[in-house]
Amino acid sequence: MKIVVAIKQVPARDSQLRIASTGGWIDEADLSYEINEPDAYALEEGLQLKEKHGGEVVVLCAGPARAAQTIREALAKGADRAIHIEGETLGALDPLAGARRLAAALKPESADLILTGLQSDDLGYGQTGVILAELLGLPHATIVMRVETAPQGIRVKRELEDGWFQHVDLPLPALLTIQSGINKLRYATLMGIKKARTKEIRRVTPEELGAETGAPSILLERVYLPERTKRTQLWEGNPREAAAQLVEKLKFEARVL
Amino acid sequence: MSVLAVLEQRPSLEGRPAWNRMSWETLAAAQQMARELDQPVMAAVVGQGIGELAGDLASTALDRACLVEHELLVPYTPDAYSSALRQLIEGLKPGLVLFPHTYQVRDFLPKLATSLGRVAISDVVSHRIENGQPVLVRQLFQGRVNADVRFLTPGPNFASLQAGAYRADRLARGTSPVEGFVPVIAASEVRSRPLELFRESQRAVDLSAAELIVSVGRGIKEAENIPLVEKLAAVLGAELAASRPICDAGWLPMERQIGSSGQTVAPKMYMAVGISGAIQHLVGMKGARTVVAINKDPHAPIFEVADYGIVGDLFQVVPELISAIEKSK
Repeated sequence: MKIVVAIKQVPARDSQLRIASTGGWIDEADLSYEINEPDAYALEEGLQLKEKHGGEVVVLCAGPARAAQTIREALAKGADRAIHIEGETLGALDPLAGARRLAAALKPESADLILTGLQSDDLGYGQTGVILAELLGLPHATIVMRVETAPQGIRVKRELEDGWFQHVDLPLPALLTIQSGINKLRYATLMGIKKARTKEIRRVTPEELGAETGAPSILLERVYLPERTKRTQLWEGNPREAAAQLVEKLKFEARVL
Repeated sequence: MSVLAVLEQRPSLEGRPAWNRMSWETLAAAQQMARELDQPVMAAVVGQGIGELAGDLASTALDRACLVEHELLVPYTPDAYSSALRQLIEGLKPGLVLFPHTYQVRDFLPKLATSLGRVAISDVVSHRIENGQPVLVRQLFQGRVNADVRFLTPGPNFASLQAGAYRADRLARGTSPVEGFVPVIAASEVRSRPLELFRESQRAVDLSAAELIVSVGRGIKEAENIPLVEKLAAVLGAELAASRPICDAGWLPMERQIGSSGQTVAPKMYMAVGISGAIQHLVGMKGARTVVAINKDPHAPIFEVADYGIVGDLFQVVPELISAIEKSK
């Protein structure tokens, strides 16, 4: 089974975010980056499917030069090769423009299965996978919690709301968006890291791919920190005093103790 | 720029159509935006054998309502829904189409929008009208940053609205003509085959009845640290719950997960320990009467919904809290 996993590099989860002086995006100076968490689960699922059924796992990532680090980590975990679409940060693109770049790289690969995380931790549109499926003319399933092979393709377990699940059968090729927690993530081994150095990373520009461009459909006009709408009684500093004051309030004001 | 609300229904276990309650929030939002834009407002619902829902639409203040019915729309598939709604939208020519941001909408809306050369603005929390155009507010970085987003394309434009962002009780009652719409869908268009819905097991833990809940998130760092919050829950006489990553990692059982994919709770007190407060978590606990948050990041979104908060290292704060509670007894 030939599997392509589309991954994205995003600011690390515990980053202190500041707004850039232009107000158009966050200040990227001093940020550290990591793989988007749901994409890490998509990669792991791809690796496990390959281990079960054989084949190849190709990592696809669009992003600036710094994304190379995240790509190398994916190769160290066991992906066979990678395609890096170099360009400005995807933050500047709407989900359709981003997906068009990925689609242009995916078409010649003719993968059996395309996996990606269900949403990104930065922009969080939760749309790239489904848009990609539509652009490539593939059937899709979202928020997937298990993937099994079936006589005529695959059977996936989809997560629905309120603890409900549903199995869905899909023919191949297909695209799945993977939910965090579907599997247990592996760490890269020392051997894996060593091997990754010799694996192919094909660097291409959107122009070289002939990615369809077009005027953007939506505009991220301004980003800002949300205003606090609720009056929160907040304590900082000495933990003992803070704890004592909180207990006092919970007992006599909120009356929950 | 007329506004169309696409509502969601799902057959109940008895097989009768039942509204997803978020539909009413979407409908109220559509009425509000249409009023602000001085444009007509319409509603549509998709399925088969949903005639008994017509009464609810007929008694709502709308210019037009459509029941979109076809046998291939049951069970739900993204292919059939997307095809049916594309045909409806090409006919009605709305300027703005609003959806509740449900799991189902997340599954088909990006496909529908792409098929019409548009990009949906997903998971919207509020809006304003500027120069006759809607500016939609959505959250980035797991709720830590807000963004104003605008459409650059002519209608139809698409947006989905976050649960709880608009109030269903603002819905204007009135009357509406209700008509049927039968799309043309070929069986060959539907490529996926959905099977029955199921639950993993009967839930042994029902957190919805708990009066006090202590909930733990990523801030706890390692499985070895869970006993610290167990002890806090014990001295409070509270149930222990968790955000998704803790259950994903297997540190607490899945049945103790709070959030959009877990349980929804409304206790007297909800104490969030080391939980940043991503929206997927907040939707599960927003109904709590008193929310307490302990987090080292003063900008964590959990403080937005907290009544009381301690900014600090939970490994220092929680032991102090345990002893303060013990002393107060």
